[in-house]
Amino acid sequence: METPLLAFNDKGIYCAAANVYLDPWKPVDKAIISHGHADHSRYGHKKYITHHSNVPIIKHRLGDISVTGKEWNETFTINGVKFSLHPAGHIIGSSQIRVEYKGEIWVFTGDYKTEDDGVAVPYEPVKCHTFITECTFGLPAFKWTPQEQVFNDINNWWAQNKADGRTSVLFGYSLGKAQRLLKHLDPSIGQIYTHGAIENMTEVLRAQMDFHDTIRVTRDTKKEELKGNIVLAPGSAHGSTWIRKMVPYVTGSASGWMTFRGARRRRAIDKGFVLSDHCDWQGLLSSIKETGCEKVICTHGYTDIFSKFLREQGYDARTEETQYENEAGQLESVNEKDSE
Amino acid sequence: MKAFAQLIKALDSTNKTTLKVEALTDYFRNAEDKDKVWTIAILSHRRPPRPVNTTLMREWASELVKIPLWLFEESYHIVGDLAETIALVIPRSDASTDKSLHQFLQEILELKKKPEAVKKEYLFENWLNLNYYERFVFTKLITGSFRIGVSQKLMTRALSKATDIDEDILAYKLMGNWEPSKITYNKLILEENEEDFLSKPYPFYLAYAIEGEPEDLGDVAQWSAEHKWDGIRSQVIIRNNELFVWSRGEELVTDKYPEFEAFVNTIPNGTVIDGEILPFPNGEIGTFNDLQTRIGRKNISKKLLEKTPVILKAYDILEWNGEDIREMAFGKRREILERLYHEVKAEELPLHLSETIQFKNWQEAALERENSRDVKSEG
Repeated sequence: METPLLAFNDKGIYCAAANVYLDPWKPVDKAIISHGHADHSRYGHKKYITHHSNVPIIKHRLGDISVTGKEWNETFTINGVKFSLHPAGHIIGSSQIRVEYKGEIWVFTGDYKTEDDGVAVPYEPVKCHTFITECTFGLPAFKWTPQEQVFNDINNWWAQNKADGRTSVLFGYSLGKAQRLLKHLDPSIGQIYTHGAIENMTEVLRAQMDFHDTIRVTRDTKKEELKGNIVLAPGSAHGSTWIRKMVPYVTGSASGWMTFRGARRRRAIDKGFVLSDHCDWQGLLSSIKETGCEKVICTHGYTDIFSKFLREQGYDARTEETQYENEAGQLESVNEKDSE
Repeated sequence: MKAFAQLIKALDSTNKTTLKVEALTDYFRNAEDKDKVWTIAILSHRRPPRPVNTTLMREWASELVKIPLWLFEESYHIVGDLAETIALVIPRSDASTDKSLHQFLQEILELKKKPEAVKKEYLFENWLNLNYYERFVFTKLITGSFRIGVSQKLMTRALSKATDIDEDILAYKLMGNWEPSKITYNKLILEENEEDFLSKPYPFYLAYAIEGEPEDLGDVAQWSAEHKWDGIRSQVIIRNNELFVWSRGEELVTDKYPEFEAFVNTIPNGTVIDGEILPFPNGEIGTFNDLQTRIGRKNISKKLLEKTPVILKAYDILEWNGEDIREMAFGKRREILERLYHEVKAEELPLHLSETIQFKNWQEAALERENSRDVKSEG
């Protein structure tokens, strides 16, 4: 059998023709990186290639690495294989990776979403023959509300908590979700405070984009000054001693998982806001359609269910094992550790 | 329905009991009377009979959304709740209904007898024209079991705040069989009824561990000791030829312990005994596990009554001849209790005394405590 252009092996998604890996989970010589979340950009590769807006993010997270930044749509050739990066809309600097060789085109999405979130460069569909897609939320139960409405709800919630004399603690990923929340919070309601992990990451990103002013919560932060204000924190801060300073507080979480009433209850969160940096069901289906692809490979998420549905729709669809994670919790804890 | 859906949303927006009670209280202060009756019914697990079976609902929902049934089933499997799954997969709508909760329930009651095609049309129309929370609540009312993290006790507490009627009295009012479609709010909740006061228990005084050493309590002779029994702390009330059994959770559990009906004609009216309900299989005290076979059961079968009967191990007497005697010295109360015990021929009743024990010193008490297991007590 002919070697496929991209193959899944024990280190990652491998392009044999170019001897390069996409988002490898084990150390390799040359890695093309879709975005800065810890499960996609790991330690230990000799050379990293990624979008230039992701360079400061992974340098912040991984330290002194050898990394080359590329522009959107800039074609770079390795051993005759053409590569280019295209906006994925997931977080700042997140790309889809297009691979072309002898007229055959593959696209690997990394993580992506179709809605313009006002922070990441919006997703652009890329024509291809084979589309490697995540399907974190690949169930018809997932349906996102336009973010404008969600942010209205979030700001109203904050204002109400303030009126009740409580501090709002809002949980989201340190990288991506936190900046998206920050961008759309209404600073006329009160001060925006941040957990150290979020503050550090946001500082890195301020060089690329304007964000509202934030105040880092430190040991010296007084309980009284927090009252009525909002604190952005990674999910792992929930239930920690750190959060005790916020009493009396109300917790909220912004995540696609908040779709499920049970998810909110199990995490003991007061208020769930359904806000995701991934595609919802319709977003996945419309993206796949727009690529014009014949073959679909589903990586992480509800892969079996989603690929079965795609096959019924006439696609040549299958799943591949990867080590990309779905659970916000796992990802979050990894992120937080290295940004503190 | 708008207000009820808002209430469910508010309850879903907090994990704090006080805020849940606040939301419920608010609702009970402002909702229409007929809606309040239904809300009370739903939150005390009196649901209307299911008008459509869930298999049909799953088929219809997947038909409406145009997804294969297997995909709906997979989604249901992951979401874990049928009404929630249906509310999630159906296309978004920002519409809202002006129909009241009791109108919806009346329709649902009538739906049961309608032909299948009418049922389907009714579901489709509502699924498509309600917003997420209304659709969820609507479907929940049809599928039945309404478990949303609010216990009957929490609901009663809110109702008490909204009406200024004592929680115990409300708990009694809400007992037994009443039909939400027939009873008025006034009759169910507001009307003062002498019977309501008949069942009222006293506050429970639970056993707790002492801090420090027993010796710090002073002279052992000044204390009365008993074993601690591992059952359900309860108050058994006999008033006006009626029996009321309250558990320490301040729930009326009279129906669960039919054995105690025998007290009605033997123990004089105006008596409240504080004791422990214990399992008594084969004529001896059983384990808490034995008792558990009785607690969860809705219907107590004859077989179960024979296999795991219960007794009341009496600690104290709180009311005697219709008088509150809690101010009386404990020794005096025990005298009354023991006299009662001997007068009623307790051997023919499921009534035992928790014996008091006198010790010479605290060491002796400690030794007795080590024997607890042998006498089937927990300490």
